[in-house]
Amino acid sequence: MRIPLSWLREYAQVPADATAEDVMAELVKVGLEEEDVHRPLDTLKGPIVVGQVLSAVKETQSNGKTINWCQVRVVPEGREQTLAGDGIDPSGVQGIVCGAHNFEPGDKVVVTLPGAVLPGDFRITPRKTYGHLSAGMIASVRELGIGEDHDGILVLSTLGLDPEVGSDALEVLGLYDEAAEINVTPDRSYCFSIRGVAREYAHATGTQFTDPAAAVTVVPADGAGYPVRIEDAAPIYGKPGCDRFVARTVRGVDPKRPTPPWMASRLRLAGIRSISLVVDISNYVMLELGQPLHFYDLDKLTGDIVVRRANPGETLRTLDDKVRTLDPEDLLITDGSGVIGIAGVMGGAATEVSDSTVNVLIEAAHFEEVSIARSRRRHKLPSEASKRFERGVDWQVADEAAQRAVDLLTELAGGTADAAATDVGTAPEPVVIELPAGFAAERIGVDFTEEQITGSLSDLGAGVEKYGSVNHGSVNHGSVTGDAKGDGGYLVTVPSWRQDLAIKEDLAEEIARLVGYDKIPATLPVAPPGRGLTRSQQQRRRVLQALADAGLTEVLSYPFVAKADNDTFGVAEAGAVRSAVKLANPLSDEHGYLRTSVLPGLLETARRNHSRGFRDLALYEAGLVFLPGDGPLGSAEIPPLGQLPAEEVLDGLDAGLPAQPLHIAAVFTGHESPAGAGHTPRPWDWADALDAARLVADVLGVELVVSQGSHQAFHPGRTAALSLRSGQLVGYAGELHPKLLAGRDLPARTVALELDADALFEAAADVVVARHISTYPLATQDVALVVDASTTAGEVLETLREGAGELLEDISLFDVYTGTGIGEGKKSLAFGLRFRANDRTLTAEEASEARAAAVALAAERFGAVQR
Amino acid sequence: MSETTLGTASPQPADLAGPVQDVPHPLDEAAVGEAVARALAAFEAARNLDELKAARIAHTGEKSPLSLANREIGKLAKEDKAAAGKIIGPARGRLNKALAARTEELEAARDAQILVEEAVDVTAAPRRRRAGARHPLSVLQERVADIFVGMGWEIAEGPEVESEWFNFDALNFKPDHPAREMQDTFFVEPPEAHLLMRTHTSPVQVRSLLERDLPVYVLCPGKVFRTDELDATHTPVFHQFEGLAVDKGLSMADLRGTLEHFARQMFGEEASIRLRPNYFPFTEPSAELDIWHPGAKGGPRWIEWGGCGMVHPNVLRAAGIDPEVYSGFAFGMGIERTLMFRNEVSDMHDMIEGDVRFSEHFGMEI
Repeated sequence: MRIPLSWLREYAQVPADATAEDVMAELVKVGLEEEDVHRPLDTLKGPIVVGQVLSAVKETQSNGKTINWCQVRVVPEGREQTLAGDGIDPSGVQGIVCGAHNFEPGDKVVVTLPGAVLPGDFRITPRKTYGHLSAGMIASVRELGIGEDHDGILVLSTLGLDPEVGSDALEVLGLYDEAAEINVTPDRSYCFSIRGVAREYAHATGTQFTDPAAAVTVVPADGAGYPVRIEDAAPIYGKPGCDRFVARTVRGVDPKRPTPPWMASRLRLAGIRSISLVVDISNYVMLELGQPLHFYDLDKLTGDIVVRRANPGETLRTLDDKVRTLDPEDLLITDGSGVIGIAGVMGGAATEVSDSTVNVLIEAAHFEEVSIARSRRRHKLPSEASKRFERGVDWQVADEAAQRAVDLLTELAGGTADAAATDVGTAPEPVVIELPAGFAAERIGVDFTEEQITGSLSDLGAGVEKYGSVNHGSVNHGSVTGDAKGDGGYLVTVPSWRQDLAIKEDLAEEIARLVGYDKIPATLPVAPPGRGLTRSQQQRRRVLQALADAGLTEVLSYPFVAKADNDTFGVAEAGAVRSAVKLANPLSDEHGYLRTSVLPGLLETARRNHSRGFRDLALYEAGLVFLPGDGPLGSAEIPPLGQLPAEEVLDGLDAGLPAQPLHIAAVFTGHESPAGAGHTPRPWDWADALDAARLVADVLGVELVVSQGSHQAFHPGRTAALSLRSGQLVGYAGELHPKLLAGRDLPARTVALELDADALFEAAADVVVARHISTYPLATQDVALVVDASTTAGEVLETLREGAGELLEDISLFDVYTGTGIGEGKKSLAFGLRFRANDRTLTAEEASEARAAAVALAAERFGAVQR
Repeated sequence: MSETTLGTASPQPADLAGPVQDVPHPLDEAAVGEAVARALAAFEAARNLDELKAARIAHTGEKSPLSLANREIGKLAKEDKAAAGKIIGPARGRLNKALAARTEELEAARDAQILVEEAVDVTAAPRRRRAGARHPLSVLQERVADIFVGMGWEIAEGPEVESEWFNFDALNFKPDHPAREMQDTFFVEPPEAHLLMRTHTSPVQVRSLLERDLPVYVLCPGKVFRTDELDATHTPVFHQFEGLAVDKGLSMADLRGTLEHFARQMFGEEASIRLRPNYFPFTEPSAELDIWHPGAKGGPRWIEWGGCGMVHPNVLRAAGIDPEVYSGFAFGMGIERTLMFRNEVSDMHDMIEGDVRFSEHFGMEI
């Protein structure tokens, strides 16, 4: 909302020298947010004066263009030119070349004299052009930054103006005014008016407020006005869509009259384009009082006006010349011809006022918020009117606003008001809130005096009545309001323009706000002894820190991915479809899904770094992935607001959410460290990805079982499937598929891993049971086994471990050999076995026996032959 | 061995080993003394262990004048043997001692020389270890959490795809109220499933109230989503932390005290906060929170930090809590925004693009 200061000054005591910044600083104190300042003089500098064209000689130029060589008087005849400077003619008459033709000698115009500056840093200087020295410019509204019209220069008589020659044109056009732009929160609808802001300004400064609505003398409705009926057959939430409709008739309006500059200036500063005097008046009254008005061309109306809901299939051609199909929930204004407007949102084209309208019907109605909000959203028709109605408009101000419009149409447009007025509807019950005496003090923590409480509330315009034995404000920590009636309190009647005030907490805020939030002291409440971070929170921190300590860099990427990303990374088998969460309104259709894997985003981040010249990368990211289950997503019903839903309803809400486990992914490309003098770094390979996955598991104390894996995003022969002991698959690590890398502009041999971190956290033991440390001597035995090339070392190792039994302390693979002496399609695996007993020194026979048992099992399972 | 020794009249290396001198008579004390002097000079002149070895062989070896002289003793008359022994024995002893001393000297010089020769240019060292880094947003988030954990609060988390009820209705956003549109929401298909990407971490407040016993003091950090295009100051995905305390008798003064304490932990003892009236559907009264940032770039000033207020009774009711018995306060700030003005990050792109230079510059601390 933009507030022209000249307008605000009419109703609030704003110091004469206050700037828009000063006004905003005051308004901020009461909760309005500063947004911007609009000040024409920031881009406009004089001398810009009223001139009178003495002569205009048409001269056709060689380029075919005809210009006017004008003599323009800029100082009243007989007076001296007091200005001086390059190009200012001391005679008081300036010679100016003008390309426009919409004027004639005698017209008064705006002359920007040499030295003036126009918007866009357009500096006026005397210049030679078309064979003359042109000393100044006759300005158009667009050049002055006050309108769009550039068809010709501004002839002041068209604005109904006849100022003295030489007078300050900036003054004449109201350009010394400025506006403060404030942001109005959705609860403060009354601040979408000068009236509301002036009241807030008075609250902020403790000065007097003059209510513009009170200055209007309303003609009482006598029932003989334009016939209007409210027939809402389908109220939303039981509230009628329209509970007041004031209609007034003004006849004989002169459509040719211009909007006076003061009104045009205020509208312009308020951000509303001046259209015609009649339309401008409706906007002016809306801005002043907060009541949206609609003007109909009375001569285009037929029969009674009826406010009703739409019938299926009805349409309306709205003011913007679009045909809209109406919804049965839309509240309509209709007459004998059919639909003439969507109530409170937009009028119809057929009955709108035009530049030939002479008889006007004024509508000042009160529409219900939800109905307007839905129609506005349905038809995507945000307007100044709907903005106010859906936030709530003062029920009481409708007749005053209509009267104000009648007065302005009479005074400025030459109209005559019908004596009869229409005012139908039912006033809502006033809202009365019970405010226990100590409540505000207790909730805010300030020991408010009774005077502060009643004073603040009265200043708001509320009625305040005491009940019971009021003993005012004492801050009482640790106790509750209890039976407020016992202590007495206040019955507060909420003013009609404050629909946002409904409960005692609202009043506590108002009292705190008016007394000042800066009066609130600071006390530090003590929380009960806590448990610190949860186990999974600690696990997450440890894992993320360990990866960073190991030399990886943490990054964060967006969870928005393409469908193809999910079908590639989110599911192991090629060709399968990964069920995923689709966004209804993604920022880009290309990335319309939520990720089922962290890798797509991480690879994109790697690619970005790579393209920026960082070739050796080790990146990781932890983030939620979104995995819809088999059941339907969401739930059809939303429980009502302000009450605890039944347990099964809450369970239903949670059951409708997709699973959202935390995944950790890492990607490695290039080399493990930068190359240096005398240092040839090792390129990352698949084992590094596996090692990082093991690091995560090690930090958590979880055993990771590695097996030959298969996943379409990975190299078919270089992928490890990672599982828990229980067999649960928790991720993959290895080299990414060469085709996938090429398609994503990533270097060959880029390796990656992804783990379901939540599954690992859960698998970690709550309590780690200590292991017995034997101090008896170690017995080592080596064994080399020849197996089929397709048998994995991991399988053989696990088998040897199983076969060796309890005496085996540790086993490791130390050599893999293929070639001479092994046989085609075979390989030799050499293992070192470490044996130790808890209670004795092992004999060589015992160790050999255990080894033999291990080999026997391997022979049985894989046909392994000892070499 | 000093340079002075080398530069004087000392024998040239070729002379060190010989020529073998005449063998002195074992009873000729003067001649023996000369042989000793020659030997000592030769030891002294040896510049390294190899030269010393040559001198040793020449002057104390089996064919050296003194060894040969010693052998001559046997041939002497019985009565002269003792006298000759007294001349030759000490002379040889002196040489052995001098030899040991010189050997030690030259060994030390050799050892020192090796260390000198092994010297490297440490500034040319390659970097073999990668320096990893946490993301500053994660680190800041953990730091904030730690401050509250230190105050006895707990850290609560929740889903990022959330039910509309938790994100809006439970927080007193009326179904058709414009406040619902203040936060541009990502909705999930199909619309009738009423799922969305949470627009704030406030749903976790409601979940915490539903799950925990009162009183509740929780901090809810996490990712939130709004349909803003990425630019220098906006991002569709960002991080918030919200605090919620519900207890008996909590007031706005308790809110201010908590925020002030927190602000000082984050920005130093000189930091303070300011509350300005504002509107949020889930709090009443509501306030905008400004922080006085003493270390702000361009000088100390007020910076808009977040929103806060007393929990709206409808929020308590949604969690089955009687607002006539309990009251609470809540506050919320953006992690990105905090990082921006605390650590002078000027462009949102730096935080979300994952450029390694951004994270690595911070290391593990912020």
